[in-house]
Amino acid sequence: MTYLAKSPWIIHYDATSCNGCDIEVLACLTPMYDVERFGIINTGNPKHADIFLITGSVNEQNVKVVENIYNQMPNPKVVVAIGICATSGGIFRECYNVLGGVDKVIPVDVYVPGCAVRPEAIIDGVVKAIGVLEEKHTQMKKGAAKS
Amino acid sequence: MSNRTIIPFGPQHPVLPEPIHLDLVMEDELVVEAIPRIGWVHRGLEKLVEKKDFLEMTYVAERICGICSFIHGLTYCHGIEQIMNIEVPIRAHFLRTLWSELSRIHSHLLWLGLVADAFGFESLFMHSWRIREKVLDIIEATTGGRVIFGSAKVGGTRRDIDNEMLKRIIAQVTEIEKEMKEISQTFLNDYSVQQRLKGVGILSKADANMLGAVGPMLRASGINQDMRKLNYAAYGHIDWEPVMAQDGDCFARVEVRVGELFQATDMIRQVIEKMPEGPVDVKVTGSPNGEFFARTEQPRGEVIYYLKGNGSKNLERMRVRTPTFANIPAITKILPGIQLADVPMMLLTIDPCISCTER
Repeated sequence: MTYLAKSPWIIHYDATSCNGCDIEVLACLTPMYDVERFGIINTGNPKHADIFLITGSVNEQNVKVVENIYNQMPNPKVVVAIGICATSGGIFRECYNVLGGVDKVIPVDVYVPGCAVRPEAIIDGVVKAIGVLEEKHTQMKKGAAKS
Repeated sequence: MSNRTIIPFGPQHPVLPEPIHLDLVMEDELVVEAIPRIGWVHRGLEKLVEKKDFLEMTYVAERICGICSFIHGLTYCHGIEQIMNIEVPIRAHFLRTLWSELSRIHSHLLWLGLVADAFGFESLFMHSWRIREKVLDIIEATTGGRVIFGSAKVGGTRRDIDNEMLKRIIAQVTEIEKEMKEISQTFLNDYSVQQRLKGVGILSKADANMLGAVGPMLRASGINQDMRKLNYAAYGHIDWEPVMAQDGDCFARVEVRVGELFQATDMIRQVIEKMPEGPVDVKVTGSPNGEFFARTEQPRGEVIYYLKGNGSKNLERMRVRTPTFANIPAITKILPGIQLADVPMMLLTIDPCISCTER
């Protein structure tokens, strides 16, 4: 990927994160890291979003919320698991109410481990996600041309 | 009477990074009743005491919340130390106070930013978070982490700060203070900010007391209660008085937190000036046997840890009551009667930390 054809919009959901990764996601948008200058906007509406940033592991109660957000996002879409909890459950893996990483519920494309993840790592993950997004986009186009 | 409707608020809502759900019973534009529902972030980490030993639990305690992380770790360690009668070196107490106050500044700046965003003042949000990054720089330089420090330890602290670094912290804090003065001018004197905050969501002194509100929420209603007056860590060695306000409205809560920003910088200066020399930790032997209620003041208010050990490596019970949980009755009290457009801002004035609440 050499250039950005479109500015992806992100949606963020906190599954059972401790807040550490969440505020780092927000920190990416603020003057120090400022990804908004590339047109990357944190939106609250799943139907506007291309990239789904999810922090924290899933539990019994929020499985439905996570699925709901994922299903409402238009194709192509990319899921980025932010933090070790979203990747595998992390330190809370053994808790009774933690099912494990986000990939137990929805397909995950990019994993960003860390506790708490640094903003640089999150931005790296999102850049990777943009690559995946473009790939999915070309595949969708090919599929549409064949049929 | 007009028709009543129920508007669901959350769990995924742009105003908060965390999930909380409120059923808002509305009569036209006015809220009649707010019914909170929590549990989206529940992990059940208190039960981890059965699987992890009491030293490992320090790391779990730090990860109860990513914003007041250090103070959670401190409270846990304080409780264990009290059970085991461990004499913590005085320098460790001072370092703990220093890091506690740094996290208070970063937490309050974060909150001020979020509340500015909630009342639609985007540039104020950006400025608050820009200054916050400078606090995080100090934290990163002294602990290695930005939000989760990993510096609390039963018997002291895991890291020391050398004197040269301490001097540099004073210089940086002075610079941060100067910038905070600029934004606090806007928070306290700006016309549009006052329009949104003054006289909205009043929690009376009696209600605050009856509903058991804690922290800035309580002090903004004119009740003088700050757990730091219990003199844990090094708070007994420095001069300070709790920041108070009388009005009990949203503006008063902003006032208290802005006041605490400058109180914290003052405390940091005092701590560094009085910092004694010596070791920062002691060796811990044996296992805790007994119980203790540890109470400390987080940026959001009082946190209570109940710890019970039975002489084995694993604690028998750990229970955490966090400030946001104590403030939820207060928010359900002040929400009725306000307009729907004010709900996100009102919810933010308790400085909700859902991951703490649900653990």
